[in-house]
Amino acid sequence: MHGRTIPWRVETRTKASTVFAVIAALIVIAGLVAPIYLPRATLQDLFFILTMLVLAQSWNLLAGYAGLVSVGQQAFVGLGAYAMFAGVVLLKLDPLLAMLLGGVAAALLAIPAGFFAFRLQGAYFAIGTWVVAEIVRLVVAQWKTLGGGTGTSLPGTATRAMFGTDLVQRLLGVRPAQAVDVICYWLALLLAVATIFTVYRLLRSRHGLALASVRDNQEAARAIGVDARRLRAMVYLTSAFLTGLVGALIYVQKARISPDAAFSVIDWTAYVIFIVVIGGIGTIEGPIVGVLIFFGLQKLLADFGSIYLLALGLIGIVIMLFAPQGLWGLFASRTGIQLLPVRRLLRGGSLET
Amino acid sequence: MNWADTILQGALLGGLYALFAAGLSLVFGIMRLVNLAHGDLIVLAAYLILVLVSTLGLHPFLAVLIAMPVMFAAGWLLQSYVLNRTLGPDILPPLLVTFGLSVVLQNGLLQASSADSRRIPSGVLETASVAIGPLTIGVMPMLTFASAVAVILILNRVLYGTELGRAFRATSDDAVTAGLMGIKPHRTFAVATGIAMAIVAIAAVFLGTRANFDPTIGPARLIYAFEAVIMGGLGSLWGTLAGGVVLGVAQTIGGAINPEWQILAGHVAFVLVLLVRPRGFFPRAVD
Repeated sequence: MHGRTIPWRVETRTKASTVFAVIAALIVIAGLVAPIYLPRATLQDLFFILTMLVLAQSWNLLAGYAGLVSVGQQAFVGLGAYAMFAGVVLLKLDPLLAMLLGGVAAALLAIPAGFFAFRLQGAYFAIGTWVVAEIVRLVVAQWKTLGGGTGTSLPGTATRAMFGTDLVQRLLGVRPAQAVDVICYWLALLLAVATIFTVYRLLRSRHGLALASVRDNQEAARAIGVDARRLRAMVYLTSAFLTGLVGALIYVQKARISPDAAFSVIDWTAYVIFIVVIGGIGTIEGPIVGVLIFFGLQKLLADFGSIYLLALGLIGIVIMLFAPQGLWGLFASRTGIQLLPVRRLLRGGSLET
Repeated sequence: MNWADTILQGALLGGLYALFAAGLSLVFGIMRLVNLAHGDLIVLAAYLILVLVSTLGLHPFLAVLIAMPVMFAAGWLLQSYVLNRTLGPDILPPLLVTFGLSVVLQNGLLQASSADSRRIPSGVLETASVAIGPLTIGVMPMLTFASAVAVILILNRVLYGTELGRAFRATSDDAVTAGLMGIKPHRTFAVATGIAMAIVAIAAVFLGTRANFDPTIGPARLIYAFEAVIMGGLGSLWGTLAGGVVLGVAQTIGGAINPEWQILAGHVAFVLVLLVRPRGFFPRAVD
């Protein structure tokens, strides 16, 4: 208070984030040209990592930012996949177009599902989402033209005629089945980058600020006019759309579907929760770290079957009890490094000289 | 098809669901904790009883008397050393820890006992039945329903007629003030989870003698329990029994029409009830 006001500004950028943006761009470019220099098996591994990353980011958006702990994400993966199958098998759509149908179907499901689950307070919301997933699984298992309870396969001719396969075959000189894998990989990369970008933009927008305020103090947020219910509904829909889209993509690549696999709570929710918890819930970097650790553990321990899941569950519990901010959270709080900063820092003003 | 018989079987099945649900309801009522591993703990208790029956040659009803204190201790330890650490204003930690526990229990049991489905033998009781007028009722389903009624009677008696129950209700209303009055919230929570696990042992003996079970069926039991609690209305144990009966009747009617619709019919009934009465039949608690 010396007679003149010192200008202040709100910053979200950090030095690390600027450096990281450059590195991230390089990684994405390296990823785009990867089909030229990487073998097919590695591409399939990368496809798995990228699709799990999309699932993890969408769940993290729900649980880590909007406080909506869903254990029913398999509803959206499964419905997205089945809608894609219906598009290809029944409507004879191009698998690429059918994938969009998957995302839309999942978002449409999210409207009644959200209407229903949002009636359940707090922790009961979690089981409510699980019930929704069970209902969708049981209904889909009645769909006899798509194989009922035993499931069905995508016709090979449909995937091999998918948009772009010709071009990839000529460009890279590969067989049709391999060209499908390459396209799926590119789509997974695109979807992963788009998801991270969407979540990042959302959190840095007014809506993101509103979400953080609801998470930190719901009453205070309401008092300044934040509509928590609408925000949560918006996040729920966004997450459902992304999850349905990636579900459809996963099943274009798998080309074989059954209700038990497509609506598996272990594959599409438990793994995803462990990825986010291990990496760090409530950060964008966390799921990225988590998915890499998850993949490493799976390569090491997948042969042990149930012991692998047992270990994963125990790691998740221990991290939740002793380091609830996850590995990335631990790292960030020690070093202060944020690669994708969504926090707002006040610089200048009278408190700082 | 005999509709009266179908409905009666469904109502008795509701007793089993009420037994699944009573422990879940008690724990949620007192500490607002939803234990996602509840169903897997029922399956764990069923395996414990199976081991007691098959190694010591005990009758299941004798084995459950041993299983109850063991499960009480397990619940007490679980709450004291794990779950108490997760309680707080944030609902994430308890949900994620119990979800992890669910995965650990399922895979631990798979590792220990294989994926084969098992059943607890209960001798002549398995097929015993009594004829009442034109209906024939199994002795086991009747015992299940009677146990559910007994458990709810005793629980209500404990909650509203004893010092322990007063401590439960006080902690539920306001843990901080209860603490000032000399109640130790964390110890109260441990006792509550212990009691819930003792009830889980009772549920387990009826689950295990009624039909086959394997390590993966826990989550479905959790969902049935949850549906019974929500349909009945939070905080009302008799409501939970009513919710269980509605679920059981819906399932048996659905199953009688088409065996593939059995489980689905139960879920549909649940959704309908929630649409018509968002707070259930007999809501007592505010949240």
